[in-house]
Amino acid sequence: MKMQAMLNGRNVEAEIAPDMMLLDFVRSQGMKSVKRGCDTGNCGLCTVWVDDKPVLSCSTPALRVKGKKITTIEGVADEAEAFSSFLAAEGADQCGFCSPGLIMNVLALRKENPHPSMDEIDEYLSGNLCRCTGYQSQRRALAKYFGIVEERK
Amino acid sequence: MFTFEKYMTAGSLEEAFELNRGKRNVVMGGNLWLKMGSKNYSCAIDLSGLGLDKIEETDEGFEIGCMTSLRDIEMHKGLDSAFSGSIREALRHIVGVQFRNTATLGGSLYPRFGFSDVLTIFACLDTTVRLYERGDVPIEEFIEQTPGNDILTGVYIRKDGRRVSYRSHRMSETDFAVLTCAASCLDGKYTAVFGARPQKACIVHPEGNDISGIAEDAVSRVHFGSNMRAGAQYRQEIAGVLLRRALADIQGEE
Repeated sequence: MKMQAMLNGRNVEAEIAPDMMLLDFVRSQGMKSVKRGCDTGNCGLCTVWVDDKPVLSCSTPALRVKGKKITTIEGVADEAEAFSSFLAAEGADQCGFCSPGLIMNVLALRKENPHPSMDEIDEYLSGNLCRCTGYQSQRRALAKYFGIVEERK
Repeated sequence: MFTFEKYMTAGSLEEAFELNRGKRNVVMGGNLWLKMGSKNYSCAIDLSGLGLDKIEETDEGFEIGCMTSLRDIEMHKGLDSAFSGSIREALRHIVGVQFRNTATLGGSLYPRFGFSDVLTIFACLDTTVRLYERGDVPIEEFIEQTPGNDILTGVYIRKDGRRVSYRSHRMSETDFAVLTCAASCLDGKYTAVFGARPQKACIVHPEGNDISGIAEDAVSRVHFGSNMRAGAQYRQEIAGVLLRRALADIQGEE
């Protein structure tokens, strides 16, 4: 079936299988930052934006977003790099497999709520799992990125 | 692995209903649960082109389309204000923001999932479920119906001024709930709903002179079962605790 979308500002068209998921579609278009993690909708690794909202590409049929605007980390490279430097500075990159999904969700949070509290950050990012960091280094990076002075407990 | 051979974006509800008569066809909500199965469908029916993804508020109530995302419902200021933040509380623990942007109201309600936070909170409100073939059905009746091949087109929630509170217990954040509980009070009459028992949500109308009495009466009317998350006795104990907290909340004592 014919698929068409605006992928990172570029019009793309392709013949795809009816049951192709968005994850496979964006990867087939060269957006290899988008990772297959749990493939059950739980880990957030496959997060992309559809019309600027973060969604799980592993569970979204590609044809459902026909004609829509799709954004992956390749489409927001400058903003992603800016946040990545905070991750790196706090040693929160580790294996890096979950980072693209995390970064897409952090940038979505920033658009929705430019000055979140740590509780709001924790809640917004609860769907982004990481098996390396234990989350503390990520939280330090996020606190600095959002300009939050964290009280030591 | 779940597959489908055709993908149809329905042009009307009538077309979707006719397509859905096919035994190997399926109406697709957010596709989060469907995808976890291993069925081979002939045709996936998509309702996303029908404009059913909106929340409309009037003086009397809320009309919510079946393709509205759980996140849009969670973030709706009118729903938040009319029901004391209980809907947001019920939804915000469901996995993550990306999941709730993907999941739809119809996909969450129609299968009457036992684990559903969504069914529990909506069952505690004056909710009418709009079905294409059967028409409007009170949610209490909807819960007992077998899903069949009908299409849930949306829900209507009446603003009746009831006070509502929602509680759930999870072993870890974002996991399925061990037990869900919603309570409401309207004109001195109480409604309590328990979900994830692990069976589907159960509505009771308890009586009693105080919070403990009402909670004890409610719990005694509900059957709790066991699964890998918790035993029946544990659920029964938790049910009393959650309901007492919810009742204290709606009575302004918490």
